[in-house]
Amino acid sequence: MSNKIKIAARNVQVYYGDNHAIKDVSVDILDKTVTAFIGPSGCGKSTFLRCINRMNDTIAISSVQGDILIDGEDIYDSNVDPVQLRAKVGMVFQKPNPFPKSIYDNVAYGPRIHGLARNKADLDEIVERALKRAAIWNEVKDRLLAPGTGLSGGQQQRLCIARAIATEPEVLLMDEPCSALDPIATAQVEELIDELRQDYSVVIVTHSMQQAARVSQKTAFFHLGHLVEYGETDKIFTSPEDPRTESYITGRIG
Amino acid sequence: MRNFLNVAPTTVLVLVLLALTLVAFGMVRSRAMASVGGDSRKLHSLPNYYGYNAALFTAIPSLFVLVAWLLIQPVVIQNAVIEMIPQSAIAEGSSVSLVMSDVTRVANGLDAAVQAGAIDADRARNLSSNDTDVRALLAESGVALGSDVSPEVLAAAQRYRSMQGTGRLLMIAIVSTIALAGLLFAFRVTTEKFRARNMVERFLLSMLIAAASLAILTTVGIVLSMLFETINFFKLHPWQDFFLGTTWAPNFRGDSELSILPLLWGTLYISLIALLVAVPIGLFAAIYLSEYANGKVRAFAKPLLEILAGIPTIVYGLFALLTVGPFLVNLFGRGENGILGVDWMSGATSVLTAGLVMGIMLIPFVSSLSDDIINAVPQSLRDGSFGLGATHSETIRQVVLPAALPGIVGAVLLAASRAIGETMIVVLGAGAIARISANPLEAMTTITTRIVSQLTGDTDFASPETLVAFALGLTLFVLTLGLNVLALYIVRKYREQYE
Repeated sequence: MSNKIKIAARNVQVYYGDNHAIKDVSVDILDKTVTAFIGPSGCGKSTFLRCINRMNDTIAISSVQGDILIDGEDIYDSNVDPVQLRAKVGMVFQKPNPFPKSIYDNVAYGPRIHGLARNKADLDEIVERALKRAAIWNEVKDRLLAPGTGLSGGQQQRLCIARAIATEPEVLLMDEPCSALDPIATAQVEELIDELRQDYSVVIVTHSMQQAARVSQKTAFFHLGHLVEYGETDKIFTSPEDPRTESYITGRIG
Repeated sequence: MRNFLNVAPTTVLVLVLLALTLVAFGMVRSRAMASVGGDSRKLHSLPNYYGYNAALFTAIPSLFVLVAWLLIQPVVIQNAVIEMIPQSAIAEGSSVSLVMSDVTRVANGLDAAVQAGAIDADRARNLSSNDTDVRALLAESGVALGSDVSPEVLAAAQRYRSMQGTGRLLMIAIVSTIALAGLLFAFRVTTEKFRARNMVERFLLSMLIAAASLAILTTVGIVLSMLFETINFFKLHPWQDFFLGTTWAPNFRGDSELSILPLLWGTLYISLIALLVAVPIGLFAAIYLSEYANGKVRAFAKPLLEILAGIPTIVYGLFALLTVGPFLVNLFGRGENGILGVDWMSGATSVLTAGLVMGIMLIPFVSSLSDDIINAVPQSLRDGSFGLGATHSETIRQVVLPAALPGIVGAVLLAASRAIGETMIVVLGAGAIARISANPLEAMTTITTRIVSQLTGDTDFASPETLVAFALGLTLFVLTLGLNVLALYIVRKYREQYE
């Protein structure tokens, strides 16, 4: 792989109050690559994901130690504004969460608050491009002013992806984006993730090992707060080095 | 034995019914057990359910008939006795109901005299006003009468007593028969196959339904009673004047002008000022408490704010009259001696006084409801907004508040309906002058204060000046009911969106 390193984490520790949730995790995540985080429930994969855009800041009792660098810049530096960081590191959540606004306003939300469009025509173009990239344009182009909450679950999730990419992020974090979707909607979203790889560094947390195998190039296996194994997806699933990884992918733990 | 007789027969009857109920429980429970030879697993229901079933069949129908009997018997007797009183027996300036109250007093007095042993029961039954001074006789046993007892009244009282006695005997007979019949029925149906649990549960369900309907029926009753009085009012007073006139000038010698418009204006004006105070302050407090305050501040400040809601409104009224009113007069009145040096306000009571204080009263109402509604906005929406790089305030303004808006509108409408129905603050703070004016420093009056003033003191319930209170009350009821229905509709619609 010749892609450059996008995110570099070094000795990251996360505490929720007294609970040591992430223990000494170091990992390099590549640009223009899909990286999957797998592991049993409560292993810390979502927590680690939320460190990358500092979403854990909104939880009062959490504290993060260690360094996370994006393009060589420490995102936990006191000079970094988490609000600007999150514009650069987009996030898609487990449950589709469209705002109670129109489809258009949902997608235009990010560009508006960051002042990405100079005029209405500009904004229209950004919205159209984001919806097309999220493969939902054909389904909604005739009802852009209808409420986003009226769409089906799979459409809502693609709308949320469109909303995330409309702000032109460099990294896209996805926290179990398909867990609330049916197989058809899941297939559509997975296809979409594969396309997004051309422009973004995508990090996806998933409970489905088949999904990790289908969409990712790199896989990281978390267990009890430790990063057990990290490497090429093919290698992790065919010849894992750590016995814990092997136990998990063969279904003996988790 | 004497002590036992002194207890009212109804009390004895109730005690007997209770005892019978306990007996029914025990008897039927053991019959159920006996029917399966003591192995309760062979019964359809747990053994106690058979007992409960019998107890319910014994107690509920008989108690129901007892209560109905106690309510209906006096009416029946009264109607029968009233026919015995000839028109001639009613003195000048008196009325049938006054004579009737004499009759009941004599009848009850005779009962008391018999019980005290002043006369024996036979003599009381055959007493005649020709040979006895009934008034003196009753005075001896502690019953004071206003005048001598006329033969007609005495005869009516005798009839009253005898009917009451027969009624009582009949009641005891019928009620105990029903209880025994219930017991017998429950005893006969009890076999191992009998579904006692289903029966008991259906019984309890119907009691729950009865409780729920009672609340609704009461509301219907209130509305109907107001409606009938309102119809009486409109028979005496033209509706055009009530709804379309512009003057409120009640005059107890008649020929009043009774128009709701000046009162409605005062009500709405004061409510508007109250909402202008309460909505921004309450909403900002709710935003702070639900979005910014940490757990400790919230745990301390929210109950404190809600204490405001527990202050009786008469205390707010005092606050308006004694603190806010004089302060406003100092500010806007007094000419050269005042704070602003203007002389726009003459008295402490004004629309502004009442509106400000009512606004303070509504703050906890608005903030508490809005706080709940803002908290109900799912965290996932906030996360979504933060995840796109929005700041906290952008998230609140553009995601949380729009999502909570329908609920907040509902809360404001509920607050408005409370403001419109509020009484004590406006009685003390708003003044008593009915007028339509835009100046908030003038005294005005509201629908509720006029209802109070029309119904206090000596009132004649046949004059339009008194009956107008019911028309005002009904209008107020329709107004607040409309607002409440609208508010609940909006709040419910909003809730469906997220749950």
